[in-house]
Amino acid sequence: MIEAVGLTKRYGDKTAVYNLSFQVRPGAVTGFLGPNGSGKSTTMRMILGLDNPTAGHVTIGGHPYRRLPNAARHVGALLDAKAVHGGRSARNHLLSLAQLSGIPARRVDEVLGVVGLQDVARRRSKGFSLGMGQRLGIAAALLGDPQVLLFDEPVNGLDPEGIHWVRNLMKALAAEGRTVFVSSHLMSEMALTADHLIVIGRGQLLSDMSVKDFISANSADFARVRTPDTEPQLREKLTSALTEVGGNVLPEQDGALRVTGLPLPRISDIAHDTGVRLWELSPHQASLEEAYMRMTQGAVDYRSTDDRKAGLQQPLPPGAQPPMPVPGQGQPDWYAPPPPQQGGRPFAAPQGAPGQAPAGPYGAQAAPGAGPGGQQAANPYAAQQPPAAPGAPQPPEAPAAAPAQPSGAPAPLPASAPVTDPTKPEDAR
Amino acid sequence: MSTPQHPMPQAAPEWQGASGSPYPTYTSPIPVVRTNLVHAIASEWTKIKSVRSTIWTLGVFVLLVVGIGLLTAGVVASSSSDLAGESPLSLGFFGLLLGSMCVITLGVLTTATEYGTGMIRTTMTACPSRGRVLAAKAIVFFLVAFVVTLVSSTLVALAQVTMLEGNGAANPTGEEWLKATVGVSLYIALLGLLSLAVGSVIRHSAGAITIMIGVLLAPLVMALFMFSDSLRRVQEALFEYSIPNQMSIFYANSLSDSGPSGWDPLWIALGVAAAVFAGAFALLERRDV
Repeated sequence: MIEAVGLTKRYGDKTAVYNLSFQVRPGAVTGFLGPNGSGKSTTMRMILGLDNPTAGHVTIGGHPYRRLPNAARHVGALLDAKAVHGGRSARNHLLSLAQLSGIPARRVDEVLGVVGLQDVARRRSKGFSLGMGQRLGIAAALLGDPQVLLFDEPVNGLDPEGIHWVRNLMKALAAEGRTVFVSSHLMSEMALTADHLIVIGRGQLLSDMSVKDFISANSADFARVRTPDTEPQLREKLTSALTEVGGNVLPEQDGALRVTGLPLPRISDIAHDTGVRLWELSPHQASLEEAYMRMTQGAVDYRSTDDRKAGLQQPLPPGAQPPMPVPGQGQPDWYAPPPPQQGGRPFAAPQGAPGQAPAGPYGAQAAPGAGPGGQQAANPYAAQQPPAAPGAPQPPEAPAAAPAQPSGAPAPLPASAPVTDPTKPEDAR
Repeated sequence: MSTPQHPMPQAAPEWQGASGSPYPTYTSPIPVVRTNLVHAIASEWTKIKSVRSTIWTLGVFVLLVVGIGLLTAGVVASSSSDLAGESPLSLGFFGLLLGSMCVITLGVLTTATEYGTGMIRTTMTACPSRGRVLAAKAIVFFLVAFVVTLVSSTLVALAQVTMLEGNGAANPTGEEWLKATVGVSLYIALLGLLSLAVGSVIRHSAGAITIMIGVLLAPLVMALFMFSDSLRRVQEALFEYSIPNQMSIFYANSLSDSGPSGWDPLWIALGVAAAVFAGAFALLERRDV
């Protein structure tokens, strides 16, 4: 059991972690998520007593880490795979750690076998690949057969077999009743491994809930209903019928309806009862990755942008076509915005598919839903202004009745809506 | 997991039993021992002997001390010069003076490398009693440095006395023997210990080595350029307390007649090392790793 209360860490005038409170319980894998520089590693270091918090405190099993008798037998940690002396062999590295905490030397060979490094045990760790280093770090964490395990980005550099292994290892360790705390910035990885999620951004708690709750709180499940295009009155009819029974109906760009709050069979029944034919009735769900990105969008410190090579390019000969930008550059608008602004495209559809033809000289860079691409300004720099990023691609007439902020909201705002949700399930704990 | 599986220790929250945790807990089948300084020393011994820099620095040290010692003795012996009752042991001085650089380097590396590689975080996680780790490092390093210096300086001294018998050298007294072997070895080891503490404070190998070489040479070099009369006393003090001069006192061939004498250098080195260590301990406890 790890318990942090009001944890704050400042480095000079930079606040790395601010007022962070959470609990990590035994018997479950708890994922610790956040963008780069959000304070995950700083928090881990404070848990392990390496860094002293500026304010607040964190305890493991009721004790501050540095007060634990024989801490290595209670807590195992993988902080940094390369935090070893490269000139020392894997075995000697582990042996020195084992001796430090009075662990029999036999255990060293045992954990080397567990992580699969027995064949290179006597080789200097300098020559290890990132994945091998990661395995060595995991071996060090497992060495004391501890009750609490902390892993900072354990799958970095691992091959698919290794990733699979780590995933199962975490689950197995948690199933034995241990506390497993794993940091990652890969939501997709956590979705498969973790039972519980703690999400931070800019050093502050964004969410603390089970993966299940996280999904339902953050990924807007909805049904897409399409009535025959030829008879718009059917659409109105169905809309009012669905709203009557408590459904939340939003019209989409292409005439479909987005229905939330009603299960699919119920929608079908109502349509049948009201005598409306349906052309489409399909379930949609945002992936956890998208939910996470939307949540942390406003809290990303290091954001990549387009590589425009401004001022460095030769003037194009008249009539020449500039190369088409690779979709995916310039992240801000790469993440899926909240569902209702999507302009009628399935939420989970790949964004900015190459098919979206560029319009301006540089094309509509990485614009998701750049359907009406023509409205993209011809000046490539026009799209560079950050506030335009999430909203600009949406046509101005996008329905404003969205649960999330309508277009035109500056970049940080979309995050604020989901941020408030997480507080709810906290009581449910 | 390869550990033998207990039947799920659902109701065995031994460790945090007092808190009455409602959650399942895991209890390791490997017995938990209370650790102490001896464990840390064993660990540091494994560390120091399992890196090549130890072999290299100590190898070069032995080479310098023994090589230069034998070379000077050989040159003096073959030149048929008369030592006129001088102690032959004093010829060991030059080798040790150069060799002390190696001990300084190893001392710094013992602590600073852990910061350079990030190993310190692994170490301090495994043993949050930071003072214990530093103490273990100091003990292990001191013993290694002392033993290696003692063995090589004794070897050189024996060789020199044998080789220079025909050159009118005096037969060294018991105290001269003691000072030229045990005394100077303790001094060199303390010098290394000082470097180890400086390495722990500076946390950067190159920086700490530079500082220590400065400490070793700067006073002497500065004194060489103090021609002004008004600085005469400062110059003298710098000469007398410079590390090379303090070392030469163990061979009774001091550069000056006043200043430290006898076993004084040892007490000075001990005092300085203790002071820097106190600082290193305090900083280690307070700073973030």
